[in-house]
Amino acid sequence: MQSTLDLFLRSLWPIVSGALVATIPLALASFAIGIVVALVVALMRLSPTRWLRWPARFFVSVIRGTPLLVQLFVVFYGLPSIGVKLDPWPSAIIAFSLNVGGYGAEIIRAAIQSVPRGQWEAAHTIGMSRGQALRRIILPQAARVSVPPLSNTFISLVKDTSLASLILVTELFRQARQIATVSNEFMLLYLEAALVYWVVCLVLSSGQGVLEKRLDRHVAH
Amino acid sequence: MSPTDAPAGGPARASSTSPVVLTVRGLTKSFGDTAVLKGIDLEVRRGQVVAIIGPSGSGKTTVLRSLNSLEVPDGGTVTLSTGLELDFGSRPSKRDLLALRDRSSMVFQHFNLFPHLTVLQNVVEGPIRVQGRDPEEARREARDLLARVGLASRVDAWPVELSGGQQQRVGIVRALALRPELLLFDEPTSALDPELVGDVLGVVKELADEGWTMIVVTHELEFARRVADEVVFMDDGVVVERGAPAEVLNRPREPRTQQFLRRVLRPLDD
Repeated sequence: MQSTLDLFLRSLWPIVSGALVATIPLALASFAIGIVVALVVALMRLSPTRWLRWPARFFVSVIRGTPLLVQLFVVFYGLPSIGVKLDPWPSAIIAFSLNVGGYGAEIIRAAIQSVPRGQWEAAHTIGMSRGQALRRIILPQAARVSVPPLSNTFISLVKDTSLASLILVTELFRQARQIATVSNEFMLLYLEAALVYWVVCLVLSSGQGVLEKRLDRHVAH
Repeated sequence: MSPTDAPAGGPARASSTSPVVLTVRGLTKSFGDTAVLKGIDLEVRRGQVVAIIGPSGSGKTTVLRSLNSLEVPDGGTVTLSTGLELDFGSRPSKRDLLALRDRSSMVFQHFNLFPHLTVLQNVVEGPIRVQGRDPEEARREARDLLARVGLASRVDAWPVELSGGQQQRVGIVRALALRPELLLFDEPTSALDPELVGDVLGVVKELADEGWTMIVVTHELEFARRVADEVVFMDDGVVVERGAPAEVLNRPREPRTQQFLRRVLRPLDD
């Protein structure tokens, strides 16, 4: 018992530091880039031009229709065979942000479409162009609608970064696996990893409440 | 609030010699297989108040929306006071549609205020962001306009905090702040509780008295009688009858008009 607790405590820092230097930065960077991708793809999906709509649909379909692990392997192990050799970190960020882009695009598209048509018309009647209406009137309202589902996507992403351990990124789960292999204490180390993921997600998702409150200021009084 | 200090404004009251703001000829529009406008003619002179009445589905709202380029008709022409003529039969350019929209601004049945902006921000969004007016001056003018419709104390409120009548008055001020040549009202009181209708109609009447040019689609016949210079009765995509309110509303010539008025004024008969 004494040695179990001892091992737990001794392995806590390597695991937590894996979260701090890899899991969390990887998730934040991929999410930030992914949201930009998602917005662009969502707007393409809603474009009146078929040549923008069609590639966007194709992208979303591929991202959602293939496993994230396969996407990760294609970028890291596949691309070198056509001459594109990327380090683990850039590979992970590319794969994760494209993945967030695919799922986020559908969320943002639905959020934009949930804004009543009357809002577009009111924006147009005061003379706004489509772009202006989108920026000033529609997107601020769509943002509020998309926070809860995008938070889901973000939480999933945090956990999915564990897959990066398979392309040699030394993140939270890779640290736990290494200690588990050496100590032979698989149950302990994997539960410990689960615990740290859980705490990280708790902390990060508290941001959702803050964001919702901020975006709700015109509703709740 | 008077349009005389606005560049596109007009004199206090319309007469048959007032300049024409807008001429509509033979406007047609179909949604799928349904023809909603079957050749509408309309002329609006500066300072004139035109009330369009008629049963639901008669096409009156579509006429209004066409004048603000929220719908694009399939045929017919609209000629503006600037001389620009839009021929809908030959697909007018986007630029021309925007030029048409630019002449007017719309007050919606369901207000359509921007819920994420305060009352004041709703009003100045167009003048500042679209028309590029000086923000300080636009805000001052907006406060003045809001004060005149009794909303001085609500300038920093969110739309959701206002009653329907208050929201619609903000909607009217938002339209006014753009200083349009023509105000379009799409059933401005239809979504209001009965006791709030009077406030909004009072504001519209005041604007009419000040000489604003406007087209009002309405079910309020008493309002049309007292405020309009011309009443247009539409049914099934055509103008059935038009004329001075006293004529159309008191001595309608057309059977369809007579029938409509009977139904509206005495809904429990027959």
